This record gives sequence, structure tokens and C-alpha cells, in this order.
Amino acid sequence: MSGIVRYGSYVPFFRIQRSALGGGRGERAAASYDEDSASMAVEASREALRELPEDAAVDTVAFASTSAPYTEKLNAATLQAATNLPKSVSALDFGGSSRAGLSALLAGLDMAAAGRTVLVAASEVTVGAPSGPRESGGGDAAAAFVLGGGEPIARLIGRASCTEEVLDVWQSPGMPFAKQWEERFGASIFTPLLVDTFTRALSDAGVAASDLSKVVLDGTNARVFRGFMRPSGLTPAQLADGLAGTVGRAGAAHAGLVLASALDGASAGDRIAVACVADGVDVAVFEVTDAIDDGRPKHTVASWVESKRDDLAYTTYLKWRDVLPFEPPRRPDPDRPAAPPMQRAERWKFAFLGSRCNRCGNTNLPPQRVCVVCQASDDSTIEPYADGECRISTFTLDRLAYSLQPPVVGAVVDFDKGGRMLCQLTDVDPDKVAIGDELEMTFRRLYTAGGVHNYFWKARPRR
Amino acid sequence: MASKGICDRVAIVGMGCTKFGEHWNRSASDLLVDAVQDAYGSAGIEPDNVDAYWLGTTGSGISGLTLSEPLKIQYKPVTRLENMCATGSEAMRNAAYAVASGAYDLVMAVGVEKLKDSGFSGLTGSAPPGDGTESGMTAPANFSLLAPAYAEKYGVDLETMRDVLTRIAYKNHYNGARNDKAQFQREVPVEKINSSPKIAGMLGIMDCSGVSDGAAAAVICRAEDAHKYNDNPIFIKALSFVAGPAEGAKRQDYDFTSFPEVVESARDAYEQAGIEDAREQISMAEVHDCFTPTELVLMEDLGFSPRGQAWKDTMDGRFDLDGDQPINPDGGLKSFGHPIGASGLRMMYEMWLQLRGEAGERQIAEPKLGLTHNLGGAPGRCVSFVSVVGL
Repeated sequence: MSGIVRYGSYVPFFRIQRSALGGGRGERAAASYDEDSASMAVEASREALRELPEDAAVDTVAFASTSAPYTEKLNAATLQAATNLPKSVSALDFGGSSRAGLSALLAGLDMAAAGRTVLVAASEVTVGAPSGPRESGGGDAAAAFVLGGGEPIARLIGRASCTEEVLDVWQSPGMPFAKQWEERFGASIFTPLLVDTFTRALSDAGVAASDLSKVVLDGTNARVFRGFMRPSGLTPAQLADGLAGTVGRAGAAHAGLVLASALDGASAGDRIAVACVADGVDVAVFEVTDAIDDGRPKHTVASWVESKRDDLAYTTYLKWRDVLPFEPPRRPDPDRPAAPPMQRAERWKFAFLGSRCNRCGNTNLPPQRVCVVCQASDDSTIEPYADGECRISTFTLDRLAYSLQPPVVGAVVDFDKGGRMLCQLTDVDPDKVAIGDELEMTFRRLYTAGGVHNYFWKARPRR
Repeated sequence: MASKGICDRVAIVGMGCTKFGEHWNRSASDLLVDAVQDAYGSAGIEPDNVDAYWLGTTGSGISGLTLSEPLKIQYKPVTRLENMCATGSEAMRNAAYAVASGAYDLVMAVGVEKLKDSGFSGLTGSAPPGDGTESGMTAPANFSLLAPAYAEKYGVDLETMRDVLTRIAYKNHYNGARNDKAQFQREVPVEKINSSPKIAGMLGIMDCSGVSDGAAAAVICRAEDAHKYNDNPIFIKALSFVAGPAEGAKRQDYDFTSFPEVVESARDAYEQAGIEDAREQISMAEVHDCFTPTELVLMEDLGFSPRGQAWKDTMDGRFDLDGDQPINPDGGLKSFGHPIGASGLRMMYEMWLQLRGEAGERQIAEPKLGLTHNLGGAPGRCVSFVSVVGL
């Protein structure tokens, strides 16, 4: 039976206080100026792919989001390239509803049941109209799952779905922000559908509500769940923390993120139900297996949540999300990267592969045809550096360079396994950078020019 | 491998240089007409006498037409070239080799840059279409890496380091204040340099060279013909140019306290000119003080100070206008300004004035050998030019 083989999560570094958004408790996660749903999906996927069992070779990649960086151009291809998966994978983008994340997970489980091994990454940058509930209650995050057969850490034991044509949340081309119909109306439609779908899923799994150790409830409208608990036979103790006070609802990524959080704390034998209510309902029921302890990711959701800078200014946030126009620096706009050079450099630009000289062993970043140390020509082996540990050799704060978060912290970064590069630091406090600081690489969107998102790697203090 | 050199085989017999600065009412063409006609007059020649031209500009025009069109040069070879911030020196080097080869008798090297039309701060450049993975750091950020690295290596505390950088800026403005062609002709108080708005790392705006417009030109012939044109020619003792393999940004053993390209170009130039002790034998130098820490490091790379001692020599006044080895007597890039393609020839223009005793208030007593040093790129990834000239 198919199930979750590995999983990973990602919560960006910055938080904005709800008090800065006009009220409310807690804080929400905000993607940095150099992140989008594709780059965050890569970060979560790196977690999920880090220590795959040998028999799990990913052959399908799916990306789910309602905030995909491209409306036309396969976002899953960025994911494939940046995670260094083979080009023989099939790839799909899911979208259209914040239920897309859980729908993609179910679709991936179906494919896994048919013998495929699927990476599903759901990611969201939630931008709401200023002062509205979506801005305040939304969040930015990503979750990723590798689905397959073999010995999963959690098996799918039951599922059910329902689809409803209803005007709840909508955004059509040209609308800057999504809108939502009155929540009381939504609840009147969705609560009965959720009760029914949830009941069918439990019946499919052959378990009772009381058998569930954790229940993940996610949807566009929290009011839906008020009338759900009692008819479904659940108790509040079974509810997973929905991360509303720490992350906010991260759209299509949210059900997966909370599921990841539930898996972080799960033990063998636990049964976890996940429901997502948006344009209908999806419910999946998992049973955690003995393999769970071999499949825990490097970062738990809680560790991402704790690793943060929590004082993001509202005006800065609005600049980052392109909501607030601002005075640009007196510097030229960055150039649009060109297609042929990007294609030629793809393995460097996306997968961050360097070359190691076969003659002298030196690392060349980016890959060089002629070794910088011994000048051997065309005699090197490609090696991955994305997970390479590195540290600051020297650095500077560049107040002149174009950035949405000046000053740019430019650093000479030396890798422990050899190699040096000049690169930008991100998720960093410029006043606290020091020579020798330990860093790790992170996949980012450097800028967008001419509608082209320029992805590349930066270094960040270890999280 | 070594350059054979053309020591004393080629002379400069005329030079021209515009004022550098914000020439809102002058185009690159205007600046070229001014500098070239100034040089014609200096050498006492007519346009017909010049056999070929080399024009250096990084971005103020493409092709030889940039020069031939405004000056109406009559169907002669004009080579346009670029080698980053060493562009002006490269025009001169190639022109000098052309007469040395015997292919031409009288040639002109010209450099121009019109920076102030862009509307941007600092330098801008147009790179070829790329993959978008460059670091995106600006020039001041790249050069700012030198200061903390130098301070750490030689145990200079950062406060003293700040004083050293300030002293370099102060000195070059002091010199520029005595030069009516400089962009900035005022002395700048130490406090103002120390407190200027930060640009990158330790560097404030007063640690950066002036962004400006300007042009300069030199008339060049073989040594044996020099006196046909001018009673007081100056002679080229050495021309060296090095493009590095850009390994500093790729190898962990590079420590940002030296430019290996400069060390090599200096070694080559001194060999051509027969110089054994640059600290004693070079009377004066114009060096590439694009940012204050660059000048500091150059003093050691050019052999003017022992390793780790340039900061002391700087503070002791060795490089002041009245010091033992004046550096950037015309104000340097810092005060004279840095119109990229023109800067290398502007450096030579000061040597021309000083060696001929025409530097007025800035005149150095009986200079024998002068050096110009021109750099393009960034620490770890650059090109370097060194010339030695004398009587």
C-alpha cells in the first residue's frame, strides 16, 4: 500500500506581528523579498529528499500553489531542476484552489499506488488586500512529501472527497487580491459537506473518530469547523495546532504543513486525518508506521517556527509583496537573464553543481573547463554543493547595490569541502555578520526582470 | 616568458586633457574634440601628420567612428578598445607598440568617458546577456573587502585603519585643490571624510573616486623623431599589462590584501626599465586610487612600501606632495575624477607636466622617473597596467 515515504517543511525566516497589521493576536510568517512559492517549495523538497531510501527513486514531480510564480511556464520544472532530479520525471502543476495541496497529495498517493514515486510540494505566498483578514490571517510556507510504496513512514488507509461549485474565495485575472464571500454563508454550505466527507473517509479507513490521534483541519473559513466537531465525534484534544498564531494559513501549503507538524510528533501506530475545505472537501487518513523514526526530516515545523526574525515592518512587507510603490535606488534595473545562458548553466544555476578537478582535486565554483589551480582542461567531475557546509571568509555591506532589503550583505564564502564563491547572504542581520560565521545554501529568487524570475542560490546563517 | 619592452624607443611629444567633472553641456564628442585638439597643439602638429589613432572608452561609444566622426579624421585607422578601468592606458600601450614596430611614425592615443548622462549613482555597465548568477556586488563593495582584510593581516585596529584611509583621501584632495583641471578642487576636512555617508563596508562616499566626464590624449612617436615635434619630450621606459586568471574569487588561499596582477605587472615593468628598487628609484606615481584602500594596497604591490608597512608610510607623509615619494600629485581618481576611458591618459598627463616642470603649484622637485598604474576589475579578478616614464 502506498504512503508517505519522506516529508519536509519550510517556514520562511521573517514574521510580521498582527498588531502591525491592524490588530489580532500572534504573528504570521512572511516570505522574504527573494522568495516565492517555487523557491520555498524547493526548500521544503530538499528536506524531504535529503535521505531517501535507496528504493525510492522519484519519477514524478508535482507543484501545488495558488501563487505560482508563472501562470504559463511549468513551475514544477523549476522544482525538478533545483532539486537535481532526473529529467526523465513527469511533472505537473496544481492550482486553482487552496485545496490543491491536499488534492495533489491524494493524486500523488494514487500514482504511488500505481507504482510511481512522487514528489509533491505545496507552497504559498499569501497576499491579502491591506487591512483585510487574508493579509492578517494568511501565512507563507511550504510542505513537501515523497510518496511511494516500499516501507512508507505513514500509509494512506482511507480517503474521501467532495466537490462543490460555490462562490467562496475567488480571484480572476487582473484582480490584485482574492475576495471571499461572507463566511456565514460558506459555513452553511461547507460544514455539512465536511461532516459527510469526513465520515466517508473514516469508513473507508475502517476507523472510528476516537481512533484518531491527530486531526488536521484546514480551510478557507474557520467558521466551517465550529459545527463540525460534535457531529463528527471529535474532541478538541485531537485537533492539531493549526499554526494560526505562528505562521498563518499558508493557502495550498497549509494542510500539508500542519500534517508535517503532526508527523513531527507522531509515533508508530498513530492515525492522523487531514481535511481541507475549499471548493469542496478532501480528507485523507494515514496510519504512521514503524519506519517513522528513520524518516524524520532535519528540520521540524517547530524548529522552523522558532527560527525567525519577528520585527518585519509593515511598509517593508508591502514593498516586498509589490503592493506599495516606492522610490527605487538610483541604479539601473537588473538585466533580464537570457534563456540560452541559463540553459547552458542550468546545473549550476538551479541544482548548484560545481566541478571537482580530476587531476588536483580542487573545487571550481561555478564549474570551469580549465581548473583554476592546476589548469587541467576538460578533466573534472560534477559534484553537488547545495548541501555543502560553508563559512564566511570575508564580507561587506553594499549600500549601493539594488535590493529590496538594503544593505546587500556580500560575502566571500568558503566551502568546507573546498571551493569559494562570492555570493549574497539572506535571512541575515547585517549588524551581526562576522567572519567565520557558519552558513548554508538556500534557493532564492534574486529578482524579476522582464517577467522572468531569476533564481539562484544565496547563503544564509544556519537555521 | 617576459616582455622585452621598448625602453627609450618611444616618446610622448604632446598631450591634451580636458577638465574632468560634470560636463552637463558637453558630449563625449565635444570632450574628444577638446582633448585631441589640445594634444595637436601641444605637439605642434596638424591632423594630417597623425598616421593612426587608438581610442579607449568603456561605454561612451563603439568603434573608431566615435573619434573619427566628431574630429572628421580623414580615412585613417582608428582602433577603439576597452580593458575595464585600464582602458586609457591600453590605448596608449597599443599606440606606443605600433610606432615601435615601425608600422606608423606618429600616432595618437585618446581616452574618453561620459559617465554623467546615465542618471545613476556610481558606475554602470552593460554586460552581455547572462545566466543571472553573478554576485551583483558593486565596485565599492568589492574594493571594500580590502580594508578589513588588510587590517586583520597586519594587526591594524579598525580605528587606525579609518585614519589611514582618511589620510589617503585627504592627501589626494589636497593635491587636487592645486589642480585647475580636477573635478574637486577643494581640500576636504578630515572630519568630513570620516563622517561621510557609508557606501560599502568601511567605505564612505569620501573614500570613492569621483564619477565624472573627461577626455585625454597623447601624441606618440619613435624616440629618434621626438625632437622634430617637441623640445621636451618624455620617454617610455616600460609598459606592462597583465590580465589575471580571476582566481581570487575562486580559491580559498586568496586573502584580499594584494592584487597579484599588480605585483606581476610591476615586476615586468621594473625589469623592462631596469629598476631594482622602486621605493628609491621612482620619483612619483599616479596610481589607481579608485577607493582609498586600493591606494594603500597598491603601495605594497608596487614595491613602494614593504608588506604591512604602507599604512605607516601613509601616516608618516611619505606619499604626500612634499613627501619622499609623492603619490597622485594631481589629485588621483579621488579628486581629479574617474572618467574610465580617460583616466590612464590623465595619469600620463600629470607625468608629462611634472617631468617637463609644468605642474605649477604641484611641481615636484627634479623628478627623474614617474610611474602610472591603472587597474580594472576588482580584488581577485582584475587587469593591471604599469608604465614607467622619464626624461
